[in-house]
Amino acid sequence: MSNTAAAARYVGQSVKRLEDPRLVTGHGRYVDDIVLPGMLHVAFGRSDLARATITRLDTAAAEALDGVHAVFTAPSLNSHNDSLRASLHPPESPAPPANMLADGDVRFVGDPYVMVVAESRYIAEDALELVDVEFEPLDPVVDYETAADSDNHVHPELGSNLAHDLPVPNPAQQEAFENAAHIITETWHQHRQTNVPMETRGIVASWQPHAGVMEVWASTQSPHEMQLVGARVLGIGEHKMVVHFGDVGGGFGQKMFLGREDMAVLVAAKLLASPVKWIEDRRENLLASNHARIEQMTVSMAVDEDGNFLAADLDQLEDDGAYPLGGPATPGAMATMLYPGPYRMGPVSWRARTVYTNTCGRGAYRGPWQMESVAREQMIDRVAREIGMDPLELRRRNVLKPDDLPYQVSTGLFFETTISPEQTLEQAAEMIGYDDFRAEQAKAREQGRYLGLGMALYIEPTSMGMGPLGTESAMLRVEVDGHVNVFMGTGSHGQSLETTMAQLVADELGVRPEDVTLHQGHGSGYGFGTGGSRSAVIAGSAARAAASGVRDKVVAIAAHLMEASADDLEVADGVISVKGTPTASMTLAQVAATAYQNSDALPPGTEAGLEHTARYKAPPNTHSNACHICTCELDPGTGKVTLLRYVVSEDCGVLINPMVVDGQIAGGVVQGIGGVLYEHCVYDESGNPLASTFLDYLVPTAAEVPELETGHVVVPSDTPGGHKGTGEGGAIGAPPAVFNAVADALASFGVYPNRQPLDPNAVLALIASASDS
Amino acid sequence: MADAIPISITVNGRTRRGMGEPRLTLADFLREQAMCTGVHLGCEHGVCGSCTVLMDGEAVRSCLLFAVQAEGADITTVEGLAPDDETLHPVQDAFRDCHGLQCGFCTPGFVVSVAAFLEANPDPSDAEIRHGIAGNLCRCTGYQGIVAATRQAAAVMRGGDSE
Repeated sequence: MSNTAAAARYVGQSVKRLEDPRLVTGHGRYVDDIVLPGMLHVAFGRSDLARATITRLDTAAAEALDGVHAVFTAPSLNSHNDSLRASLHPPESPAPPANMLADGDVRFVGDPYVMVVAESRYIAEDALELVDVEFEPLDPVVDYETAADSDNHVHPELGSNLAHDLPVPNPAQQEAFENAAHIITETWHQHRQTNVPMETRGIVASWQPHAGVMEVWASTQSPHEMQLVGARVLGIGEHKMVVHFGDVGGGFGQKMFLGREDMAVLVAAKLLASPVKWIEDRRENLLASNHARIEQMTVSMAVDEDGNFLAADLDQLEDDGAYPLGGPATPGAMATMLYPGPYRMGPVSWRARTVYTNTCGRGAYRGPWQMESVAREQMIDRVAREIGMDPLELRRRNVLKPDDLPYQVSTGLFFETTISPEQTLEQAAEMIGYDDFRAEQAKAREQGRYLGLGMALYIEPTSMGMGPLGTESAMLRVEVDGHVNVFMGTGSHGQSLETTMAQLVADELGVRPEDVTLHQGHGSGYGFGTGGSRSAVIAGSAARAAASGVRDKVVAIAAHLMEASADDLEVADGVISVKGTPTASMTLAQVAATAYQNSDALPPGTEAGLEHTARYKAPPNTHSNACHICTCELDPGTGKVTLLRYVVSEDCGVLINPMVVDGQIAGGVVQGIGGVLYEHCVYDESGNPLASTFLDYLVPTAAEVPELETGHVVVPSDTPGGHKGTGEGGAIGAPPAVFNAVADALASFGVYPNRQPLDPNAVLALIASASDS
Repeated sequence: MADAIPISITVNGRTRRGMGEPRLTLADFLREQAMCTGVHLGCEHGVCGSCTVLMDGEAVRSCLLFAVQAEGADITTVEGLAPDDETLHPVQDAFRDCHGLQCGFCTPGFVVSVAAFLEANPDPSDAEIRHGIAGNLCRCTGYQGIVAATRQAAAVMRGGDSE
């Protein structure tokens, strides 16, 4: 990096977002806003049964409907794909059959078995009514706890419902258990939730015959994953798969990978040589996009007489559903590996299993392995209760302190010196006024009111630097008029990257953020996209490096033109001037014009033009950490839980834009609140999903959430800008914090919940179980 | 399928004439025939509020109305709120100032709903704000910035301080 880099003028400021003028006025360009000449519209016919054989499928009447261009079923569509594999899924690893449309049988309610392409979505849906289909129902596998033992196989091709079984015993753990003063065991359950981006999934695909080019507009977090997988599906070169990236209405993990529907649209567009659009409707999104958090972890923790953690034994089980989005994954292994979190936990044994069921496939949802924090933080509160210690005191006793760092965790993780769990714990405790609340709680109890406090402390591995996730690139070009274009492999879908990347470039290059435009999708260099709390560190470091490279060149050219020493020059707000002599200056536009249009005036040996490409390789992990504490009041008559206060103390290193960081935290926290108290993708025993509208799947509104209070501890990471990822954290800390608050309020009744959701029915049932006993 | 019939609706001050089947929703008419793609469809069953527009001054869900029901009506969409291309409506300004949006998909519905809410209740309490915007769903912001934006817009529209 240049030793004359401009001082930080914009990094650290709550710069107003460059995205907003178009978005607040309705002039964003989302995928459904793309209209092409002759464009056709898709509707999928989906199974109403969880598991059934298709005994009859006649599409003649549907095909005959005026305005219908094609009706595809498995035989006419599936044979055209090359590979449906997601880039993170190794080709040799076992997986459900690669198909886009159900072939011969259906495996969950929502499984697409027919695809109509028509002149309008209205006509396409009319045609679905004319599809003549009959099913022979089969016994479905719905309960994931017993799925592994079932003789009914979700995927007969695989011969078993067990997708993964990874046991990692540790003899040291067993030894520690033998002499422990306390061994406490509980099974913690999360329940089925879904991402719910406000914009559903969608894609427009347009095939150019003879050119052999597929042009795509998609609602995606990862335009390059769309490009790579799309090219494989179509059997074309990656250079023939052109993916445009516009505005994307949220994803939270759901749009990181291609769905079977996305692939079907690509194939149909090629077969029909017409532009084809599919916009998922909300029912499809709730039933058939992806679900998440269907998991349980049985935890045994050994603790000594003073409350010191000695060891832990973990058994994790997760439901992959039928067709996991992005391929079968092993988040359970991550959850168990991360379980020790910000504590001296001692040796840990673990086992992680995943099973298939006849339900909607699992997919990544903001903090996909956050079960580690859910199980650990809820367990610590339980341990505190069992051994009669205050939960804050128990955490203080075991938390990793600065002197403990760096820290090698028994499960293989390594924590660098730049984490700060103890500091965030103390800051959050102070913000909530811990002791005062306990006094208030006791007083309220005397008045017959039930208050509770819950906390959660965690470390989040962000910006993973491995495999396809390891790098991002930035191609930066100062144009002839001095404006800066930067092309990146990210897929900003709410994370404000157009602003934050511009802030990084602005400081490094010496321009204003509004002088920088971020371009994503086609034309950018390979990157995995936006997700996994990775853009600030990985993409941000690439942007910084690209800007630095151009700045060096700008200064060298300006020094030559101004007959000054490069060391005496500074660049700020697009003006290069001699330090202390502001009148001796020229603009970046003048330098750029020279670089492109008067290259004979450049210093000898200087390459014409003003551009630089940089690729950043991230270290294996950059850990951020945070502590959440919330308080609640529980109404024992109605079972309603009201959150009173919610504080977060977090350390994401150097903040690029505090407003954006707080916004990321708030969004994640409210998803966590929703998950514990309201949201539930309910299935009945036959595998029928019961939450198919927003009247059944309850996303929190403004009326349900408290004002958030955020505190920041800033310990810079070792990466170039000192940043750490922060996109997912809110959704990791909130579920156990909210759960623990409700459990604390319920403790007065002598009942101890071990599963979510804690909706009014569940709370009333718990209170009733206390009166029964 | 019924025959298409002529539909005429005033949208953001201009008369839009189109053709549509009786089942054509107002939202689809606005998006596809009036070029108002700021009208977003988040659920198509009247819960999320992303498609909210003003019909004769009143906030309505355009996904729950047929275009023919708006025949002759005066519709304002999010595109019609700002006074000109360089100036934002105070509610739009406040959403930007307060980080009341992230992905921006729910934003047009929120902006229209808040504008209508503040017309009816120019000086709301925080509780009234939260209740007033509870008919719109946002999945990104946790509503923190939206509540703050509503507060700021109320102050500005009353002619007071913008805080």
